[in-house]
Amino acid sequence: MTTNASTNAPANASAEPVPRAAGSTRKRTSLGLGRLYLRRFLRNRLAVVGVVIFALLVLFAALGSRFTSRTYTDADFTALTQQPSARHWFGTNQGGNDIYACAVHGLQRSLTIAVSVSVLTIVVAAIIGSGAAYFGGRVERVTLAVIHFLLIVPSFLILALVSHRLAGDWRVLIVVLTVFGWMSTARVIWSVSTSLRERDYVKAAEFMGVGPLRIILRHIIPNLGSLLIVNLTLGVVATVLSETALSFLGFGVQTPDVSLGTMLADGAGTVTSAPWLFAFPAGLVVLLTVSMTFIGDGLRDALDPTSVTGSAGGRR
Amino acid sequence: MTLATPLLDPVPPTDATPALSVRDLRISFPSEAGTVEAVRGVDFDLLPGRTLCIVGESGSGKSATAMGIMGLLPPSAELRGQVLLGGQDLVGLDDPSLSKIRGSSIGMVFQDPLSALTPIFSVGRLLSDALRVHQDLTKRAAWEQAVELLDLVGIPDPRNRAASFPHEFSGGMRQRVVIALAIANRPSVLVADEPTTALDVTVQAQILEVLRQAQRETGAGLVLITHDLGVVAGHADDVAVMYAGRFVERAGVGELFRRPTMPYTARLLAAVPDVEGGARKPLVPIGGEPPTLVNLPSGCPFASRCAVSLDACAHDEPKLRHVTGHGHVACLRAFEIADGTLDPAGDTPPAGQPAAAGRAEAAEVALRGEVALRGEVVLRVEDLVKTFPVTKGALLKRRVGTLHAVNRVSFELRAGETLGLVGESGSGKTTTLMEILRLGRPEAGRIEIAGTDVGTVPSAVRHGQLRQDVQIVMQDPLGALDPRMPVFHLLAEPLRAIGRDRESIRARVHELLTLVGLDESVSDRFPAALSGGQRQRVGIARALATEPKLLALDEPLSALDVSVQAGVINLLARLQRDLGLAYLVVAHDLSVVRYISDRIAVMYLGHIVETGDTEAIFNDPQHPYTRALLSAIPIPDPERERTRERVVLQGEQPSAARMPAGCVFVDRCPLYRSADDELRHRCRTQRPEPTPAAGRPTHQYACHGI
Repeated sequence: MTTNASTNAPANASAEPVPRAAGSTRKRTSLGLGRLYLRRFLRNRLAVVGVVIFALLVLFAALGSRFTSRTYTDADFTALTQQPSARHWFGTNQGGNDIYACAVHGLQRSLTIAVSVSVLTIVVAAIIGSGAAYFGGRVERVTLAVIHFLLIVPSFLILALVSHRLAGDWRVLIVVLTVFGWMSTARVIWSVSTSLRERDYVKAAEFMGVGPLRIILRHIIPNLGSLLIVNLTLGVVATVLSETALSFLGFGVQTPDVSLGTMLADGAGTVTSAPWLFAFPAGLVVLLTVSMTFIGDGLRDALDPTSVTGSAGGRR
Repeated sequence: MTLATPLLDPVPPTDATPALSVRDLRISFPSEAGTVEAVRGVDFDLLPGRTLCIVGESGSGKSATAMGIMGLLPPSAELRGQVLLGGQDLVGLDDPSLSKIRGSSIGMVFQDPLSALTPIFSVGRLLSDALRVHQDLTKRAAWEQAVELLDLVGIPDPRNRAASFPHEFSGGMRQRVVIALAIANRPSVLVADEPTTALDVTVQAQILEVLRQAQRETGAGLVLITHDLGVVAGHADDVAVMYAGRFVERAGVGELFRRPTMPYTARLLAAVPDVEGGARKPLVPIGGEPPTLVNLPSGCPFASRCAVSLDACAHDEPKLRHVTGHGHVACLRAFEIADGTLDPAGDTPPAGQPAAAGRAEAAEVALRGEVALRGEVVLRVEDLVKTFPVTKGALLKRRVGTLHAVNRVSFELRAGETLGLVGESGSGKTTTLMEILRLGRPEAGRIEIAGTDVGTVPSAVRHGQLRQDVQIVMQDPLGALDPRMPVFHLLAEPLRAIGRDRESIRARVHELLTLVGLDESVSDRFPAALSGGQRQRVGIARALATEPKLLALDEPLSALDVSVQAGVINLLARLQRDLGLAYLVVAHDLSVVRYISDRIAVMYLGHIVETGDTEAIFNDPQHPYTRALLSAIPIPDPERERTRERVVLQGEQPSAARMPAGCVFVDRCPLYRSADDELRHRCRTQRPEPTPAAGRPTHQYACHGI
């Protein structure tokens, strides 16, 4: 998609579009699609804020452990349930674990699980849903039958059983959450794609001799853009929640491993007596979901050609 | 049924009190970009029994005016001015009091008859409800009146049909019901917003006749909003031309067409293809775009597109002034134009406008009739058949019948030639086009493209060379262009599909943009940021990318405004001449078809009933269906439009699931009705074969009765 960008990159070194003066147009026949979307995305301030927050969270998760000598498994028996202090920046819990170290590790876990599950879910759902809609006929009927069958299976129960059996390995959790999480999104994507399949531009592409895979990837899925992105951001939030629920019930991430979910579950009981146990993981979850929402909005505006915010004349 | 309709009603005396007076109506909508001033000061009086036509292109504010009169604007809209109905000002009334007036004193006819009718009630119920809201009637009395109303608007067997639901009616019948609803309470004003735009041309003639009769019956004043200048010529008493939210010219219909005085009106009329023209007069498109109605600069909004604008035009917006012997015109140079000393089309187009190019193209078009070069046969269709199964049942689908969409259709098309397929919707013209484009083996018959039989070639050839040879330009340019791809990628797509490398794609896209007269700066814009005409040019450029031999044009102009249409017609003509393309055009606008086609095939119910050279068909139509079709086209000239003889067809095209055994046209045929028993028997039982007309071997028709 960005293949064209390289050749005329020097011509558009400045981020803003040059007023279309006659004569200067010859060089810049086209921007790569990716570059165009990036430019539109960067116009949205909140989206940039979201990216910054998200980047800080990722940095925090990746590098936060460098600033402390403790790990999330170390127990300081001289400081049980201590308030935040110079020694324990986020305080400690009932077992003497340093909350800062736990939060860094928990965020790492939760981020990895949430982002990979929601991305995998969307990719699987988009391909299956739009593929079923585009090909129609028997493919469509079989796919829908599978989706409907999986939807009525009590997935939470199976999820609990499977993850318990595999002793709470977080990678297994990703697979399990994806396998049982794509159906409802795929169903929604299918129903929207059935109307896209009838669009003139899809027919036009067929008449031009464009192959089915390319039609799905270039014409159907991008036009589901905002739907996919809303689902992606909601998916992150939903995955954090279901991971929390599983962990709370003892089926998700298992001790001694921690995630934001287990920390929330642990801290929920002592919100009034030791609020820091709950506040720090909760704050991280909020930052994570808010940043995802901002990014989602920005992406939607950037990908949506009719949006006012993204276009050159729009709000800066 | 041939009748000379007395279309010129006696004009009622002008000193009557107006049924509706609009004073300085202003409507604005908030938007992200700023306040959109959709209507900027509209004044008119509508006398009882008179028809005021408001014409304008899309975005000129004509529909907003209608909605403003009815009080049906969205709550965010701001409405100022006065709408006086029988002395009462409707502006500022709250919704309950407006509801008392709507439907009783003002009736409204909407564009889309299906969405204007509640689908869960029978039409009798809808009508009697409408009556009972405003009148104290028993259910039985209301139902009786509903049946009378249905009879009045020409619904056959009204007593039984009153119990039917809207979806059981055809489009034309539904629009009749909507008209019945509008006149149910004998309103003094009728507002019709593009009442026939969604309908076929033969049905359009019927509906306009019903509207006229309804108006005569109730004595109401009619505000008819339309973009079709032919409809205006046939039905208006007074015409108001709307541009950028204001009336720019208001005059009696005769004066307006005789001497359009506002340059915009003059250019608009010059841009309409005229069916009765005989020789092709060159079409002159209006260059430039209508202004956006946000932060409109001072000065005449048409000045930048006007050929005769002065420096003063940029300073003050001219007011609507009376011009002696004409009407009201908003133009500084109206007097010069009115007394004939100034040609509103101008001798020199304004600098920097594409009008110059348009003119050159137009001149080429005029030549085209003589130098039509006939090349090799690009497309040959023989006895093409396409049927669809009619199924019933939700779970287990049973086949209960067959829909004969296309039935033994044959024609051929040579390089450099244009064949127009015309007919009402449901006649199978689009299905024929799609069957050719699908490049599959036809159900029966043969399709041959550039000498290759599509049914027998291996699929590699079918997807390779054949695909490149046949391309399509679709009706709605916005729908046919993926909204998520900028123009460069849209144009590159067909080239990628045939495996061109990146450098040659870049060069070819550049070439294509130049070919269709687009600036290179559009290449990284999305379709939504282009104007209608630009989008259709992109659609045409995309179709030309693979250097096809045959271009299928599916209603290529019907989504475009008149002023833009002319430019695209000229472009198509130039491309055909330069590239030797063969065009297969499907269109319902017969004046456009006449303008661009060399030959015409008239389709009815999946059959070609008449085919021949365009001028032969238009000057001497043989088949009764062709005659009716041609006489239903509104002509943008009030004198000819109101005095010519017309053939009004009864009813509508039957379903192709129940095909008559004999001639397919028998149920609506005016010749059949006057025929003797022996001929009637033949029409009933034998399907007529195509026979050449006397002295013209290429002009064939299928009829027993001639």
